[in-house]
Amino acid sequence: MAELASKLLSRRDLEFMLYEWLQVEALIAAPRHADHSRETFDAALDTSERIASELFAPLYQRCDQDEPQLQGDRVKVADGLKSALQAFAEAGFVAATKDYELGGMQLPTVVSHAGMAYFYAANISAAAYPLLSMANANLLLAHGSPAQIDAFVRPELEGRYYGTMCLSEPQAGSSLSDISTRADFDAESPLGAQYRVSGNKMWISAGDHELSENIVHLVLAKIPDENGRLIPGVKGISLLLVPKFLLNADGSRGERNDVSVAGLNHKMGYRGTVNCLLSFGEGRYQPGGKAGAVGYLIGPKHGGLACMFHMMNEARIGVGLAASALGYTGYLHALDYARNRPQGRALDAAGKDPTSPQRPIIEHADIKRMLLAQKAYAEGALALNLYCAHLLDQAELSESAEERQGLTLLLDILTPIAKSWPSQWCLAGNDLAIQVHGGYGYTRDYKVEQFYRDNRLNAIHEGTHGIQGLDLLGRKVTMAKGAALKLYAERVSATIARAETTPATSEHAAALSSALHRLLAVTQSLWSAGNPQLSLANASVYLEAFGHLTVAWIWLDQLCAIGAAQGDYYAGKRAAADYYYRYELPRIGPQLDLLEALDRTTLEMRDEWF
Amino acid sequence: MKILVALKRVVDYQVRVQVKPDGSGVAIDGVKMSINPFDEIALEEALRIRDAGKAEEVIAVTIGPQQAMQQLDSGLAMGANRGILVKTDKAIQPLTAARVLAQLVEKEQPGLVLLGKQAIDDDCNQTPQMLAALLDRPQATFASKVEIDGQSATVTREVDAGLETLSVDLPAVISTDLRLNTPRFIKLPDIMKAKSKPREVIELDSLGVESGDHLSYTRYEPPAQRQKGEMVADVPALVAALQAKGLI
Repeated sequence: MAELASKLLSRRDLEFMLYEWLQVEALIAAPRHADHSRETFDAALDTSERIASELFAPLYQRCDQDEPQLQGDRVKVADGLKSALQAFAEAGFVAATKDYELGGMQLPTVVSHAGMAYFYAANISAAAYPLLSMANANLLLAHGSPAQIDAFVRPELEGRYYGTMCLSEPQAGSSLSDISTRADFDAESPLGAQYRVSGNKMWISAGDHELSENIVHLVLAKIPDENGRLIPGVKGISLLLVPKFLLNADGSRGERNDVSVAGLNHKMGYRGTVNCLLSFGEGRYQPGGKAGAVGYLIGPKHGGLACMFHMMNEARIGVGLAASALGYTGYLHALDYARNRPQGRALDAAGKDPTSPQRPIIEHADIKRMLLAQKAYAEGALALNLYCAHLLDQAELSESAEERQGLTLLLDILTPIAKSWPSQWCLAGNDLAIQVHGGYGYTRDYKVEQFYRDNRLNAIHEGTHGIQGLDLLGRKVTMAKGAALKLYAERVSATIARAETTPATSEHAAALSSALHRLLAVTQSLWSAGNPQLSLANASVYLEAFGHLTVAWIWLDQLCAIGAAQGDYYAGKRAAADYYYRYELPRIGPQLDLLEALDRTTLEMRDEWF
Repeated sequence: MKILVALKRVVDYQVRVQVKPDGSGVAIDGVKMSINPFDEIALEEALRIRDAGKAEEVIAVTIGPQQAMQQLDSGLAMGANRGILVKTDKAIQPLTAARVLAQLVEKEQPGLVLLGKQAIDDDCNQTPQMLAALLDRPQATFASKVEIDGQSATVTREVDAGLETLSVDLPAVISTDLRLNTPRFIKLPDIMKAKSKPREVIELDSLGVESGDHLSYTRYEPPAQRQKGEMVADVPALVAALQAKGLI
């Protein structure tokens, strides 16, 4: 069997998704991308693959073994990480999608995401630094003032500054209305209204390190009202930019701000990414001779949460893409192992001869089942995330406000799925990758156990699975009077209509059609209950059913793009889609039954009964 | 001074190639193709010499099919000033390559020709030496260090006995070894800048180069599978085992 060209991702598959399925070359028609061509897209992917393979992948296990250490008030990270990240920035990846004027390449987001998938597959905990910085820079580009952009975004795009997002606090994680970090007005400054920030922020990835000249923290805090009281709930939340080092008037690095590490979190995976508890305004430093960390207001006062969600939504898609890439590389590692590991013989007459050579385990049906599952999860997840990235491009380029609004609504409803589905099912794929490796997969001599540990985070950070379920069922399907759900159903129906007309796909089209109608009906009955607590009691189950249906749609849509094309590659795509429709899509039947019945098992269960 | 660098399109070094079942060659359909790594080192060196102010222009040349334009594009994105594709669908043997390059040298008059010492597909290691002979100019092969000083170059060579340093008058042909430098990664903005760099396409047939196809390939086969080793207790046992195999 052919040697795998790479165990990170399949370039053939990426090219199928980009060029044959999504037809991203059409984006070249837009003036923004007019200088591009398939050649420039390919060249960008080449350079992603190369830096990911040559600099990120070799550090993968080292980042895990040499986890960050707090030495005094300095955080030490794995050797080699700094130079790998520098090469990433110097090659222009942080700014890839940005204007030429900002040092960017004006690369479409979908191509940039395809390139990023290589870095996530090669070393997720290293790639998390630029993932955060890119989302941080994008938030500032959308909501920052020109002075703030010049001072902080430009160095971020050059890879000199890294960014974070600081939402959670020790006592308030998912419940942001309960945060207690406060910001008191200090003075007007060239970088905007200046506040003094004090409080603690928990779970801050890339929160401290010496990988960059400066760190740009985006911090949610409450600004007191005119009576000096903190406004309860999310309405009182504002967004502040708190740099680790203040800037001198000429933009150079100035004195240390009062932001310091209170402790590191020792994690199961993603260990190369420093994660810590940060103290703001604790008094270790006195910037400008006064107490409190200096922060600059971003966006409107008390309008911080909406600004922060600009970054959060991007981070959620990033997490989904990272989870997909981990699923993908796990699948390729399992495939390679299965092709090269001889064990056992066929269950036929020939296999009865104990002197015959053992056969590669890929010949066993159960191994193929596990590989097919991984292929269906990983390729489905990656395709879904690239589809979302393509929506971002289309929305940005659209000249019609109505069309842009529609694309944005569609992206809004897909975001919780693009984040959660890969986090759940590519983790299941990593679990199977370990299983294919047998005992070896449980040892640290192979990477698959680390893929699993790393991927386990993705269902937790940037909004847990449960939060995504509430977001989808509680907000996204009902928002704008159900407009997003309607647009979603139209897209799925359009794929069904295309697939119905071809005998090869008509069976799957019928299955998807009946699942879609069922989902819409169940959504209706959930919200007819007149009791939000009951409607949302099984929101996670709803998220899972919705996600499984969505990936079934993505698979069918890819089959439509394949048409009658022949060859091993396309046969593999068809087999994975068949697997998905036979083994996976039927799972949602019992979930929808439970939802439709407005099941009260969880609601009625009591603490004391556990 | 101009520097001429040749880039060969080869199967990427990370691909483990397979011999075709009929032994007629190596299967390269759909396989990833890249610049020959030794040629990439040659280009990197040329760029460093230029960026140090010792040359004005780096010209990247490739001989191959239209698809070899991808490797030329990569060379231009790395930083070469302009590119020349000598187009042919025929497989090119070293003497033909040397003759084509000799013609381009006549036309461009570079002060230095930097070539990879060999290509990782056929491992011939002949083109640089043949080119120097055809041009009747000095050559320095297997360079691990190159210093340009005015009208000559001081080159450290990797030889069996260690390192040898020699001085060659320019124009000269220098072939590069693995440890000369680490080639840079292509930067995304440079991919866009490279789009406007001049690319010239010359049909090989229009050059009237005499074919240098004196080599014929009879059959390809994969290397023999490595035999299982055995551990011996001590040196006398090792000597005995080697003697038993007739190796000493």
